[in-house]
This record gives sequence, structure tokens and C-alpha cells, in this order.
Amino acid sequence: MNSTILQTATRYLLPLLLVVSLVIMLQGHNKPGGGFIGALIGAAGFALHGMAFGPKATRTALRVDLVWLMAAGLAMAIASGLFAVVEGSAFLTGQWGSVHVPGFGSIKVGTPLLFDIGVYCVVLGVVMSIVLALLEE
Amino acid sequence: MLLLGIVLSGFLLATVAPWLHRVLGRFAGVVIAMLPLGICVLLGTRAADIAAPGGAVVESFEWVPGMGVSLDFRLDGLGLLMAMLVSGIGAAIFIYAGGYLKGERQLGRLYAYLLMFMGSMLGVVLADNLLLLFVFWELTSVSSYLLIGYDHAKAKSRSSALQALLVTGLGGLAILAAALMLADVAGTMTISELAARSDVIHDSPLSLPIMLLLIFGACTKSAQFPFHFWLPNAMAAPTPVSAYLHSSTMVKAGIYLLARFSPVFAADVLWAPLLTWIGAATMFVGAWLAIRQSLLKPLLAYSTISALGAIVMSIGVGSTYAVEAGMVFLLSHAFYKGALFMAAGAIDHETGEKDVDKLGGLGRAMPLLFAATALAGASMAGILPFLGFTAKELTFKALLKSAAAGPEGIALVAVFTISAAFGVVVAARIGLSPFIGKVRPTPVKPHDPPLALMLGPALLAVLGLAAAIIPAVLAMPLVRPAASAILAAEANPDLSLWHGFNLALGLSVTALVVGALVYVMRRGVVGVTEPLQRVLNAIGPAKIYDWALSGVIATAKFQTRALQSGYLRQYVFVTISTTVITMGITLALRGGLGTLPKMGEVRTYEAALVGLILVGAVFTGFARNRLAAIAGLGLVGYGIAILFVLFGAPDLSLTQICIETLTVVLMVLVFYMLPDFRNISAGPQKIRDMIVAGAVGAVMASLVLLTGGLRSGRDVSEFYAANSLPEAHGRNIVNVILVDFRALDTLGEITVLIVAAAGVYALMKVTPARPKREQEGGAP
Repeated sequence: MNSTILQTATRYLLPLLLVVSLVIMLQGHNKPGGGFIGALIGAAGFALHGMAFGPKATRTALRVDLVWLMAAGLAMAIASGLFAVVEGSAFLTGQWGSVHVPGFGSIKVGTPLLFDIGVYCVVLGVVMSIVLALLEE
Repeated sequence: MLLLGIVLSGFLLATVAPWLHRVLGRFAGVVIAMLPLGICVLLGTRAADIAAPGGAVVESFEWVPGMGVSLDFRLDGLGLLMAMLVSGIGAAIFIYAGGYLKGERQLGRLYAYLLMFMGSMLGVVLADNLLLLFVFWELTSVSSYLLIGYDHAKAKSRSSALQALLVTGLGGLAILAAALMLADVAGTMTISELAARSDVIHDSPLSLPIMLLLIFGACTKSAQFPFHFWLPNAMAAPTPVSAYLHSSTMVKAGIYLLARFSPVFAADVLWAPLLTWIGAATMFVGAWLAIRQSLLKPLLAYSTISALGAIVMSIGVGSTYAVEAGMVFLLSHAFYKGALFMAAGAIDHETGEKDVDKLGGLGRAMPLLFAATALAGASMAGILPFLGFTAKELTFKALLKSAAAGPEGIALVAVFTISAAFGVVVAARIGLSPFIGKVRPTPVKPHDPPLALMLGPALLAVLGLAAAIIPAVLAMPLVRPAASAILAAEANPDLSLWHGFNLALGLSVTALVVGALVYVMRRGVVGVTEPLQRVLNAIGPAKIYDWALSGVIATAKFQTRALQSGYLRQYVFVTISTTVITMGITLALRGGLGTLPKMGEVRTYEAALVGLILVGAVFTGFARNRLAAIAGLGLVGYGIAILFVLFGAPDLSLTQICIETLTVVLMVLVFYMLPDFRNISAGPQKIRDMIVAGAVGAVMASLVLLTGGLRSGRDVSEFYAANSLPEAHGRNIVNVILVDFRALDTLGEITVLIVAAAGVYALMKVTPARPKREQEGGAP
């Protein structure tokens, strides 16, 4: 599909969609959202990119190999559970701490966030590998 | 460590056996034989420790303590007899196999299988834990399968191996079931503790099924009628294997099992008559069919069946005499049958002829083999002064004792006499007829076999003579503790050869004379045996096995054709309609459909939204082309997303919208690759699909409504609502559940996602080479 309109629109839409997807993921703990939904929005953005510029360009735009993305996501999710094991609690028990950010105050950070980022990576990788495989047919 | 080491050493040596064969060449058999020989000697040195009644060497190691399974080993009289047979004959077999299959490339593999078998068999007879016994029992079946199928290029070997595996494997499963029930009833897995609890077992309602399953398992393994048919077919194995597994050791595992559990079940009214008559029937059928054979190995195989039947019968009769007789019979049979099998293999090996009727006058060319074979044959025929004679005398004595009690005993005496007479015929046909008379031409010019082939038969044949002449040294230390272990009381068998002129001797002589007569007139007698063979051929157990096997294969084929169509729509259809039907029936039967909860007030905009969704669904059903169908589905999907918003589930709504969007994207991508829409969804098919879809909706809706009405007691969602913020520091309950409370589920789900992605990728990217059939234009 070689459409200038689609390509131009995509150039602006993709960053926007990616920002939205990250925000949705990060706000998930307190507001609607989460890694899964965020990844689906991001995947929609990249799918749009794929249709506008072709799968090869999208693979470049993604920067990481999808297999690595999925593997890293799964590894992150498992690693987030191992913190608790080191602490002596059951696997995947949430561990929390707070980080002080100058000029912002302290933010609570916990292993569930790492877990959610892992989910994000896996879902993005899975959806994109299916979409790109279909696009390349 | 002694017993564990003995059992494991066979498996350990098996792992390096092929390498030993490569390095040592023709000496490998002799070197490997040192292990069983060592085991045999080692066991012999412990004989004194267990000679006293109840004496045993016991070992225990933890294995699966949580399930009561431990590596319990126990060497008692019965175990000693069996283990010494397994290892002693094993030593002879390894030397013999090295000579018999000299130059065979795969010989190393045969050694490995044989060693694996030896370890398993030693495990069976030494295990003192029900599940451990089962494991080794199955391992003997597996190694027997590998050994029968050793010549795997031949279809006959493969089918025979499979038959033996299926029959004995079925028995193995029966034993597993029996073992589990026994452990449950008796409260222990330790075999040696079961006898003391036989009252508890006897009083349990499970007592009968346990006993029947055990007998079934033992009968399949020991080739008892009607499960005898696999044994003659197992002769497809190389002769060393037949001599080892299928005459002297493995087929005695069933007898071992019956003997082992005899103290537990002897009090049961069914135990004795069942075993007695199964044994007697097997003994008779085996003997009857044996004299029909003219090939060396089938001849021996059927007579083995007969002998196994005789031993089972002795255990069934169960008197002190009978059990002693059974153990002597077991020992003497192991000696002479092992010898005869090896001798038969040697004859075949040196002459190239397997048919007894075409052999004659070999005595001059192979005098040593003649001597060994004749000695073993004499023991089999039950001639004085061989161990076979002692065994026969004791059996007659035991049967006569029970004959005094009633007419069944007299029938047993008669059956045993006839079978013994037929045994004489078989003994003469193998031990005598190939070696005497006119010299017949054979494919290979006969001469005495090399030492490796001679050693085994000669040794065992001489043992059969020596053990009878000096029983105090060679037979008594084995037979007496074994019989004591079975009887759970002190046994004192009288193994002397001469008891004066009495009825037992008279019957022995009768059997000999009748046997000699039958041998002379065997052509006429074979005609008499014809009807039984014909009946067995038509509706015998082997036939039933064939029917069952082809039935299973036909069912599998039909089921595969019906379920594995290769069309996604077919799979979806079958999966969904099965779910709907089973769930619908359950809902209807349990009255679920009648108890729908009261619903709240429906608002106008809710009704309008539901109406919109319904319109989308119906439109999809009637759409003429795919694009319209996709649009209709989209209406349904987005409508549901709005529904989620209205009922306070923004997360679900967001997800639903994203999924809908991506579905459209995917549809667009595959649009041109899909088959013509009208071809896969038109006419009656469409109506069928709409009915199924409607049924899914109806069943799922009622299920959801029902579960909504069933909530009671502590509510799960309340727990999450209450604990989400304090415990997991999150206000979004859905997300907290996903990443914290039920994070393990999510971890499983993303793993499945990755697997699914790999599957999709493989389907898309890996194009297999097209099968030839398709290229030629045939139907896929």
C-alpha cells in the first residue's frame, strides 16, 4: 500500500499512539490500563506503520528483534517474581519500595511494575510477529 | 547396598555394553557374563543367612517418601531361588549369545537389552515394595519387547514383539491396579508386611478384585491359558533370548508373583481352585499343542507353556507337598528347558535346519551336543535319576494326596499324567530323534558346536543330573527356603530319588510308557489333536487378540478421520458443539435453566445498545460477502465494548476496543488469501452454523446468569476490592489481580501467547515439501 496520505498520517500517529500506549501501561495500577492494553495500542500503531511503509520498514522501526522482545518480556516477568524468592516469600509476591525523585516527591515502585512491563513486551512481540508474518505473505 | 547394587549393576553395565562389544569383539560375551556369575556367587554366599524360616536380607532407601514408595529390597528364600536362576542362567546365556550371534553387528545392542532385562528381572524378584515391583515388572515387559523385536527388519518380529508387549503390558496394568488397591486396603506398600494383614485384606470388599487382577497379571506374564498365545510367537527372538526370557526366567515372573502372594490369598476360597484349574488347563493345552509342532523352537515353546501350567497348578493346590513339588519343578524346568533351548539353537546354528522331522543321525557328527541334549531331554521326560524325575514324583505325590480328598484330585492326576506323557514325546523329539537313525542331509555340514555354544547346554544339563543325585548340595538350599517362604511355614521337601515301589512311581512309569507309545505313533496322534487346533484357530484367544487389535486400529482410524479433518471450521464446529451440548445437558438436568435470577430494571439506552448488537449479529449471519460480515462483527464487538463501559468495566472495554481494531487489521491482511466466502458458508451449512451459534449464546447466557445468581458467602471480588490498595498499592483492581494477586496465571498466559506466536509463525513461514500425492493431482 503506497499511500502518501497514510504514510504522512502514520508519521504523526505512531509516536502519539506509542506515548498513549506507554501512559496506559504505566497508569494501569491505579487507573484503567495495564501492560496488556498498552501493548495492544502500541501494536495497533506498529501495524499501521507496517501497512503504510511495509513490514521491512516496521522491523527496522521496532529496533529489536521480536523473538528477543518476547524472550526479554518473559524473563522480566519471571525475574520480577524472583525478588520475592530472594526475600524468602513465595514466588511472585509483590515487593515494594519508594524512589525519591527531586522536585516530584517520592514514588512507590514495586515488582508488579516490572511484571507489567514484561507482559507489555510479550504481548507487543506476539501481536507484531503475527501481523508482520501476515504482511510478509 | 548389596541388593540395590545387584539390581542396578545390570542397568549400569547395559549402558556400556555396546562399547564393550566394539572394544572386546568376540570376548565381550564372556566378559559381560562375569557380572551375572558374580551376582550368582554373591547371592549363594548369603544363602546361609536366609535358610531359617522367615530369614531375609533387607534393604531400604528413600525414593518417593511422600507416596510411601521406597526402594525396599528383600532377599528371602523365594527371591534367592529366582535371583540365582536369573543370574546363573544369565551367565550361561551371555557366553552362548556371544557364540551364537558371532559377527553380528548389532550384538552390542542385544547385550545391552539382555542386561537391562536381567536387572529388571532381579528387581522383580527382590523388590519388597508394591510399586517398585510394578516398575521392574513393566521393565521386563519393555526389555522383552526390545528383545523379541531385535530382528526389527522382519515384520513377524515386530508384530510378535508388539503382541507380547500388549498382552503382558495389559497384565502389568492389572497389577498396578491391584497394587494400589492392596496398598489402600492393607495400609502398606511393603510386600512382606502384607501376609500379616491378610485378615484385613480378606475382609475388605476389594479383596476379590485385587486377587483377580493379580491372577490376571500373572497369567499374562506366565503365558497361562487363554493368554498363552504370545509365547510361541515370541520365538521370533534370537535363540539366546528365547532360552533366557521365554523359557527359564521372565515367564516365571507370573509364577513368582502368585507364589509371593500365596500367603496373602491362600485363605480365599477362590484362590486355590482358580489357580489349580487355570494351571491344569494350561498344562494340558500346552502339551496337546506341543506334540503337533515339528519346528524346534515352537516345540519347546508349547512344552514351556505346559510346564508353566504345571507349576501354577502346584501353587494352586497349595499343600506343603504341592508347593515343594512346584519349586522343584521350577528349578528342574529352568535347567532342562534352558539347556534344550540352547541346544536347539546350536543344532539350528550348525546344521541350518529347524525342522525336527528333517533331522536325523546327527549323533555321530556332534557327539558332545548329543550327550548334553540327551541329558536335558531325559530330565524333561522325567527319567531316573534326573531332577525332572524328582519333580514329577513330588507332583504326583501331592496330587495323589489331594486326590484322596475328592474327584477333582483324580481329574488332576489324570491330566498331569497325560501332559507328562506328552512331555516325554517332546523330550524325545528334541533330545533323541535328531541324533539317531538315518543321517539326513542338512543345509550345512554338521559338526560339534564351538565351546561357547556347548558350555551353556552342557552345564545346565549336568546340573539337572547332579542336583538330583546330590540334592543336599545343589537343590535343597534353594528349594527349601523358597517353599518355606511361600508356605510361611517350615518346608522340608523329600528330594531323595527312590521311595520304593508306590503309586507315584507307577504313574511316572505310565507317563513314560504312554509317552513312548505316542512318540512311536505320533502321526496318528497329531490327527487327534487337529480339532482343538482348529477351534483355537477359529475362535481362540489369538484370534480374539487379532480382532481386538484390528478393532482398536479401525476405531482410531475412524476417529482420526472424523475429528482430524484438517479444516479449521470443522475443529471449531466440533469443539463448540461438544461444549454446548455437554454444558446444555448438564444445565437442563440440574434444573439450571429454570432458576434464572430476577433481573433489575432495564434502561432505554441499554435496551437500544443490546438491540444494536443483535442487529449486528443477525446481519453477520445473513451477510452475502465477507466484508459485510466483518462489519457486522465489528458492530457486535464495539457494542459489547460500550456495554462494558456502561457496567463499570473500563479496562475490559479498552481491551475489547483494541482487540476489535486489531481483528480488523488482521482481517484486512488475510483478506485476499481466504477461500471464496460463499463456498464455505452457504445454504444448509449456514443454517446449521447459525443454530450452533444461537445455542452457544443461549447456553453461555444462561450459565452467566445462573452463576451470577449463585453467589453466596464470602465474595471473591469483595476480597480483591478490600485488599487491592492496602496489600498491593493499586486502585485498579483488574490490573492488580493481573499483575499481583493472580500474577502466576498471567505468567502462564504470556507463556502460552509466546507458544501460540511460535505456532502461527511456523504455520506461516515454514512451508513443508509438498507430498508427492498432491503434486500428481490427487485429493489432499
